[in-house]
Amino acid sequence: MSQSITIDGQRISFKEGQTIMEAATAAGVYIPHLCHHPEYTPHGSCKLCTIKVNGRVCSACTFPAMEGQEVLSNTTALINDRQKITQMLFVEGNHFCPSCEKSGNCQLQAVAYHLNMLDDHYQLFYPTREVDASHADIMIDHNRCIFCTLCVRASQQTDGKDVFAISGRGINKHLMVNAPSGLLKDTDIDISDQATQICPTGAILIKHNAYHVPIGQRIYDHAQIDQVSLNSERHKDEK
Amino acid sequence: MHHFIQDLAETNHYQPTRLLHLLREIQARYHHIPSAAIEQLADLLTISRTQIIGVIEFYSFFHLTPRGHYELLVSDSITDHMLGKIPLLDYLSTKLEVAVGEVRNDGLVSLDNTSCTGMCDQGPAGLINGYALTHLSYARIDQVSDLINQQIPLDKWPTELFLVEDNIQKTDLLLNNPIQIGAALIAMFNRGTQETLAEINLSELRGRGGAGYKTAWKWHLCYEGPEDDAFCDVATQRQQPRYVVCNADEGEPGTFKDRVLLNAYAHQVLEGMTLCAAIIGAEQGFLYLRGEYLFLYEKLQNILKERREAGLLGQNILNKGLNFDIEICLGAGAYICGEESALIESLEGKMGIPRNRPPYPVTQGYLGKPTVVNNVETFLAAASISVHGGEWFAAIGTEKSKGTKLLSICGDCDRPGIYEYPFGTTVQTILNDCGASDVLGIQIGGPSGIFISNHEFERQLGFDDLATGGSFIIFNNHRNILDIVNNFTHFFAHESCGFCTPCRVGTSLLKNQLTKIIEGHGSAGDVVALEELCQIIKKQSHCGLGQTAANPVLTTLSRYPELYHQLLKKISYEPGFDLDGALDIARRLAQRNDPSAHLAQVEETS
Repeated sequence: MSQSITIDGQRISFKEGQTIMEAATAAGVYIPHLCHHPEYTPHGSCKLCTIKVNGRVCSACTFPAMEGQEVLSNTTALINDRQKITQMLFVEGNHFCPSCEKSGNCQLQAVAYHLNMLDDHYQLFYPTREVDASHADIMIDHNRCIFCTLCVRASQQTDGKDVFAISGRGINKHLMVNAPSGLLKDTDIDISDQATQICPTGAILIKHNAYHVPIGQRIYDHAQIDQVSLNSERHKDEK
Repeated sequence: MHHFIQDLAETNHYQPTRLLHLLREIQARYHHIPSAAIEQLADLLTISRTQIIGVIEFYSFFHLTPRGHYELLVSDSITDHMLGKIPLLDYLSTKLEVAVGEVRNDGLVSLDNTSCTGMCDQGPAGLINGYALTHLSYARIDQVSDLINQQIPLDKWPTELFLVEDNIQKTDLLLNNPIQIGAALIAMFNRGTQETLAEINLSELRGRGGAGYKTAWKWHLCYEGPEDDAFCDVATQRQQPRYVVCNADEGEPGTFKDRVLLNAYAHQVLEGMTLCAAIIGAEQGFLYLRGEYLFLYEKLQNILKERREAGLLGQNILNKGLNFDIEICLGAGAYICGEESALIESLEGKMGIPRNRPPYPVTQGYLGKPTVVNNVETFLAAASISVHGGEWFAAIGTEKSKGTKLLSICGDCDRPGIYEYPFGTTVQTILNDCGASDVLGIQIGGPSGIFISNHEFERQLGFDDLATGGSFIIFNNHRNILDIVNNFTHFFAHESCGFCTPCRVGTSLLKNQLTKIIEGHGSAGDVVALEELCQIIKKQSHCGLGQTAANPVLTTLSRYPELYHQLLKKISYEPGFDLDGALDIARRLAQRNDPSAHLAQVEETS
């Protein structure tokens, strides 16, 4: 007999060892997320996938699915909290969608649309952050980093390198590259590395191809992130 | 430097888990961690430079740029403020000719603030090159400044500057009956380990760090280990290494009982750890001592040595075949490491970021192995229970909270210090004993606890009413509640590890929103916005720090809403930024500063 949980009343089955996120994705239920990616060890830091499991607040990407759990995900309160958390990510950095070349392909922007975020709500921090354009093919715009660590994990777990790390404490967190100079050009990163592709925002970009796909023909211009996410992640979760 | 670091790495067996220890030594010697040291350490420990830089930037006591040869830090606890910290800090800054947060031009001295150093009953307090200074006064500052300017080495300074008092004011069950050295272990061997666990179970002892998890149950779960092992035979199960960790990272502002226990009852605490090791089957223990208690380090090392010599630690303890030893690990200025999984990360030589749970430390803790983490006071109590039995302990207290609790009492009272009370004691009794009158309210359990008003003094100590890690900060009617809340809110923003969004961004937003109201820029919707922000931080944060960071605002807002509301302007909205201030550059360019060069943001409607 297969095991099952319910998400917002809908019964879905899961396999032993799956997280709630994995079970939900496999069953075609979208739970918003930014730091989660099915190919990598869950991180549990962005807190967008916050759900209630038997009344207790948990992160869907790290919490194991267990027989009989009653999960709440699409409640007004949780959607509202997810929207506020997204707004926090926006005000913490410098995210100016109209002038960002990732616009339309950006998961942060797409999640914000999905959650019907209409303004920043909180006061902007306007932090002073650098741009590292030292590398010939790849650039880092620290203004857009949300510390999801996907580049850190991709570099370690897929590329077999150790190019990125997150350093600092509290609001002073920052992305760091592994070179004595602290510059991307002095690392062993390569344009074909997964770490250059995985950034959910416009913080890590491939140079020279910014507008090859014009605005209007981009990933999230015609489909919401829930559909895109399920289409691309569903089969990966069904390991 | 090359040889120094090579030797240091060698004596620490090139273990990455020893990273904090290595960095402490390098920081102490070179007053920062030079980049050459980082490169060399990365090679020697075979870890990445980013891991080392990450650790340096995470802990307050490590620096990438040089601090003074004399690094002076002044404690920023609310209790230090109440004892006149601000004018003292100003005086210190003038006297030493160095701005707060800066290094003097000659590199001799640097001055900065630091989170509560655990000397709240003898403040204002500070740290000089990591060693505690107490009772700072104008006279003492003159003395300290002269010693620094004359470049007298720290070990030649007058010892009274470093005197730390225990101030034990009231004793009860535990402190009245300290055990004889070794007695808890002898009792355990006579009775049997599982029988001793049964006594601890009978005592209904709950963790004294604040959360109150049942101690016997935690030890039992660790003894059982991960589920995968539960069905294998006992011999296989016993092969799994297990660890005992004593959490002496007493960082909650206003708390200092563990400091006193480790100064006056260290044998009993270490014996409690050894007892736990025998029960769960651990061979290695760690005492994680907060960096601010560096002054205890050598003394504790000597006590460990004495215990080894007495056959109470090491191989074949008391000739009963028990092998167990304890290592002391010093923290480096991070409140978050009091959270048990962050503490374990720190023990492993990493940034103190709380782990995702499950798995819990009892099944996957230090190096992924089953680990018990308990508070100093819990181990002390466990040792007593082994000697006197579970019933002895459970006879005192209330239905759900057995035994006694040690309190660190400070603030506006005649006799600050350590008090031991049976659970169920009322707040009024405690106030009478410590000589507190004209009381406005009390912060119970530190900033992460709650603020109670003077209408609540009949409430009782205990897990079912006032649960606390043991801190009582008393405020009299002359204190300004919002100053207190502001201090606590800044503390949490400073100490947030930054892992999760709601806490990382939320605690800074909360600090700004509170400042906006306190400085008189708040308008009608701002208290509502403040409370909404508090709720999301509390509900959505990853660990206890974030979940409690809004408590100072929430517990005072519910008791004194008028304090917040009376600060609001009578307009519907005011932007978060200062529009008139933003025009300052324009005024300077135009070289005019007359009234019409200023902009009233919105007219007051009243």
